[in-house]
Order: sequence, then structure tokens, then C-alpha cells
Amino acid sequence: MPMYDFQGKQIELDDDGFLLNLDDWSKELAIDMAGKEGIELTEAHWEVINFLKDYYKKYQIAPMIKVLVKEMGKMMGKDKGNTKYLYQLFPAGPAVQACKYAGLPKPTGCV
Amino acid sequence: MPKLPKPEELSKISLIPPEKSWMDAPAEIREGMFCHPAKVKELEAVSFPNAHKWSVMDKDWNLPVDWKEIFLNGIKERLLRYRSFHVFMDICVRCGACADKCHFYISTGDPKNMPVLRAELLRSIYRKYFTASGKIFGKFAGARELTEDVLKELWYYYYQCTECRRCSLFCPYGIDQAEITMIGREITNLLGLNIGWIGGPVANSFRTGNHLGLEPHTLKNIMETLADDIEEVTGIRIDPPINKKGAEVLFVAPSGDLFGDPGVYTAMGYLMLMHEIGLDYTWSTYASEGGNFGFFTSMEMAKRLNSKVYAEAKRLGVKWILGGECGHMWRVWHQFMNTWNGPPDFLEEPVSPITGTKFESAKSAKVVHIMEFVADLIKHGKLKFDPSRNDHLKVTFHDSCNTARGMGIFEEPRYVIKSVCNHFHEMPEETIRERTFCCGSGSGLNASENMELRLRGGFPRASAVKYVRERHGVNMLANICALDRAAFPPLMNYWVPGVDVAGIHELVGNALVMEGEGERTMNLRLETLPGKEEAEDV
Repeated sequence: MPMYDFQGKQIELDDDGFLLNLDDWSKELAIDMAGKEGIELTEAHWEVINFLKDYYKKYQIAPMIKVLVKEMGKMMGKDKGNTKYLYQLFPAGPAVQACKYAGLPKPTGCV
Repeated sequence: MPKLPKPEELSKISLIPPEKSWMDAPAEIREGMFCHPAKVKELEAVSFPNAHKWSVMDKDWNLPVDWKEIFLNGIKERLLRYRSFHVFMDICVRCGACADKCHFYISTGDPKNMPVLRAELLRSIYRKYFTASGKIFGKFAGARELTEDVLKELWYYYYQCTECRRCSLFCPYGIDQAEITMIGREITNLLGLNIGWIGGPVANSFRTGNHLGLEPHTLKNIMETLADDIEEVTGIRIDPPINKKGAEVLFVAPSGDLFGDPGVYTAMGYLMLMHEIGLDYTWSTYASEGGNFGFFTSMEMAKRLNSKVYAEAKRLGVKWILGGECGHMWRVWHQFMNTWNGPPDFLEEPVSPITGTKFESAKSAKVVHIMEFVADLIKHGKLKFDPSRNDHLKVTFHDSCNTARGMGIFEEPRYVIKSVCNHFHEMPEETIRERTFCCGSGSGLNASENMELRLRGGFPRASAVKYVRERHGVNMLANICALDRAAFPPLMNYWVPGVDVAGIHELVGNALVMEGEGERTMNLRLETLPGKEEAEDV
């Protein structure tokens, strides 16, 4: 099982690099993880990450991309409620990359 | 994530066998060809034994000290329990009829992916410890010692089989390789060697009712989101019935249809159809999964997960059960459910309340496939369609392994597609119906870290799609399985770009003329329909 070395602490990750325990999440950790992948988290990134975290708190799963796009559109306006915008922020895919920084587990099954 | 080779490289397949005999050529375990191990907490959630941390590429798999004993006892118990397994261990004459029927052998050229040799990986152990000839003559009788390398090899190749049963179709003895793989996986499961992509959905299904772990309020929220989109497309507001006691029919679909893309458009099609015919039905948040990844771990686990469906039917007091577009759910429902958790004598023999048709084939288990149900509605003229809304699509149909070879459903999906689409083209005959080629990702192998394996395994299917794309311009691959809907988009992108993927009910929903609907300018994906661009601007 891979470990993530952060501020002298060993944090457990799953094999895809997602946090094994949501409790290990912190803002600083998210910034560090993104930085290692060459992404500087801006206000725009945080809007998405915070939305994901709130959604997860309510529904215990990351939102499907359709819902993410729709809700972002409702909250932030149409120019942010589209897939292109989200991919610009998270080039490896909002479902994967943004969820990883938000500390959410990856959905499994027929998806 | 391992880097993916280009299609030109991946399709260079050498079929020259290695010089050494297979027993002397140890397995070369390679990144991209296997899935990550299951998480300990997932296995513990369903009390699977020997859950532990391990990594496939590590030399030491942290096996329990008495692993050999557990493994051999595992074989012994199953020989006693399953006559079929015992027979399959003995009767193969190694004629090789199965060898080139496997999508994984065709696409890797690795002899250990020949179904016959995959089975030999287990048979050789069986002979060594359970037959007199194997005990005495050892290697000369095709027997071999169980070592850690032998175990690793078996694990590696039993998770390179999608239990699609194409090989079984060609076996003159009718040996069911999928059942051998299932037993092999059951036994390695005793050692805590399951994969995450199966362990996660099983734990979720057990706790929450579905693979994804969608909780009741989440399901409700998703269905409302889908209802919003349906309203946007048709102007009709649908209120999906959930956990409705006393409904006539319980509807169970794969949870992928309520989360995945393009699965959700299929779910929208279900909602529209049920609304249009005014069926007194209900979804359930307890039995909220048609699929059963437990089927890829052990028979007991599959039975435990499956028990929720009848239990919920009983609790809600429905008359019978309707099942959605799912693949292996139908192998379980058609071939196992009735004897595992039935007979459900509290249910009635299924009769369509719309047409009065008695579903004779569902008399005992009381589960009706949605394709039979819809085909019957169409045959009786109960649905109005405008197939021209699907005119921009040139459609072909992939028979899912489990609905095709597991229950023989061939004509109904084709009949439905032809009723809702004007352009339909079949793939070559040796790749459809009972001879259908697997998507390459079935039996819980649709993870992302094993993408090379998936793209290889789906190569024969993709080649058949390419054939109809080149000849007829096919641009839509229709199917009736949520795993197909998850597996095909990356497969098509890789081998046959330009071919999209849809469940049949998405096509049904798009063509369905609903009472009181406005003019359709968009399809269920909220894309503007060709020729309706102007209407959209108004």
C-alpha cells in the first residue's frame, strides 16, 4: 500500500493514489498533492474541490460528472458549468483529479 | 498508471508458443494486465477470510502461514460440493477447440490464456493432490506441486478471464470454463487475494444495497436530476416511484445506470417508458442493484447479495419483478436465483398489466427481462415511436455475454432496436448472438489500472465493430449491460474512434412519442437533434 510523506507524517493512500482515510485530509495536504502533479490550486480549483467535499458530506459519494457540471452551472454561472472549463482546471479529469485532491474515494462498479 | 502502447503496437500479436513447456515457463506478471488488491476494510466488511495488505508486484504476498492447506482444502470442499467442478477437472481431452475462441488468447497470444491451459493451471494441482496417477507419476501425469509461484500464476490468469463462456460454447464436452475460473477465484479469495474493483462493490452492495454505495437520499436526488432533464427534453414531469408499498412491479436495474455516463441516459429511458405506459411500479433503495459482483468472489457471497431482491419484493408486497439492462445480473437471476433464494411463492406468475401477456419463461423465478417486456408492448402496438429522431445513428448491437449465453435473449433487443431506429447493421455472424465476443472487461475487471488487458480483451469485439463502421458507417454501439456501457467508451475511443455507446433504452426514450410532450429538439444527452438547430435558437 503506497504511503504519502507529508509534514513528517506517513499518510496511507490506495493504489490509485487516493486517500484511504478521509480524516487525513487537510487543505495543506491538497495543495501539496496538487503541487506534486504540477497544479497550483487557485480560487477556481477550490470552488470545485469545496463543492465536491460538500456533496460528499451530504451524499457519501462523489457526484457524477453530469451533476457536477449542472450544479457548478447553477452556483457559479454557465461559463463554469461545462465540462471544458472543468477539464481546464483538472486536465486528468475532474472526476479523478479533483476528487483525489478533495480526499474522496473513487467510485467503483459498472462505471 | 502504466503507459498504454499505441493501437498499432498492441495489435501486433505473436502466436508462436514459447520453446519451454508451460510448466517450466513461469508467469511473467506485468503492469497493466492486473487489478489492484482489495482493501482490507472492504473484505472485512463481508467477513471474507485472511484480509491482508499485499501488492501484486511484491515478491512476498503476505500469505497466511497455512495458505497451502487452505488452498487444498478449498479444492477438496468444492470437489465434494460441485459435481460439475469434479467432472470438469477430469474430462478434458485437451483437443484445443476452445483455444482460439478466447478474446484474451486472441489478443495476447499468451498460451496460458487458452481456456484449456487456464484450466490446466488448476487441474495440474488437482491431479497432484487428488488423483492416484498424479500422486505417483507427477509431471508425467500432468501434475505439479503447489508453490507460491504456481499460486501467483493461477491468480494472475484467473483474473484475465471474464467468465464470458464463449469457449464453453465450442467445447465438445461442454466444460464450463467460467465455472472453473469462478472456483479458482473462490479459492484464492480464501487467502485474501481479491481485487479492489470487486471488493469495493461487494462491500458497498452488502452495506448500502448497490455497488456504488448510493444511499437512499442519493438515489432519490439522482432520479430527480434525471427527471429534470427529461422535463427539459419533453416538457413532461416524471415523479419516479421509490419504495412504494403495494406497487404491482418491483423494478431493479444496475446501479451503474444511475451514475455512469452513458448509463444514466438508459435510466432516463426506463423512467420515460414506465411513465408512458402508466405502470404501477417502484424502484427500491434497499434492492438497488441488479448486478452482483459477489458472483465474482464466491457462491455464498453472491447468494447473500442476491437475497435482497426477493426480500424487498416481499416487503413491498409486489406481484412480480422486472429487471433492467444488466449483464451478469441475468446469469444470476436466470440460472441461480430461484434455487438460491427462492422459489418466491409469495409472488405471482408475471403477467403484463398492459397487454395481458403471461411471461411463461419467468413462471418460476418471477423475474422478467425488460427487453421481453418492451418487445411485448411493441408487438401489441402499445407504444408510439418516431424512429426518425434516431436517424443520425447507424446502430449495431453487441450481445452481452451473460444475456446471450447465460439466458439466450437474442431476438427481443434486435426487435426493439429496429422499432426505434431506422438504421441497423449486424456485426459478422461469428461475433454475435451466442458467439458474441466479450467487451473484455466483464466479471469485475473494468478497473483502470488494467487498461491494457481490457483493451486487448476487447480487441476482437472492437474489430467486428470496425468492420461495420467501415462498411455501413456505424456510429452507435447499442447494448443491454451497464458494464458494457462502462467498458465500451474507452474501448471504442482506442480501436474505433467515432463510435458512441448507448443502452437500448436510451434509443427507446429518444424515439418514444409521449402523450402531452412538446416538440423534441434535444436528445436525452441534451444535445440538439440534427435539423432542429433553428428551433433550439428560438
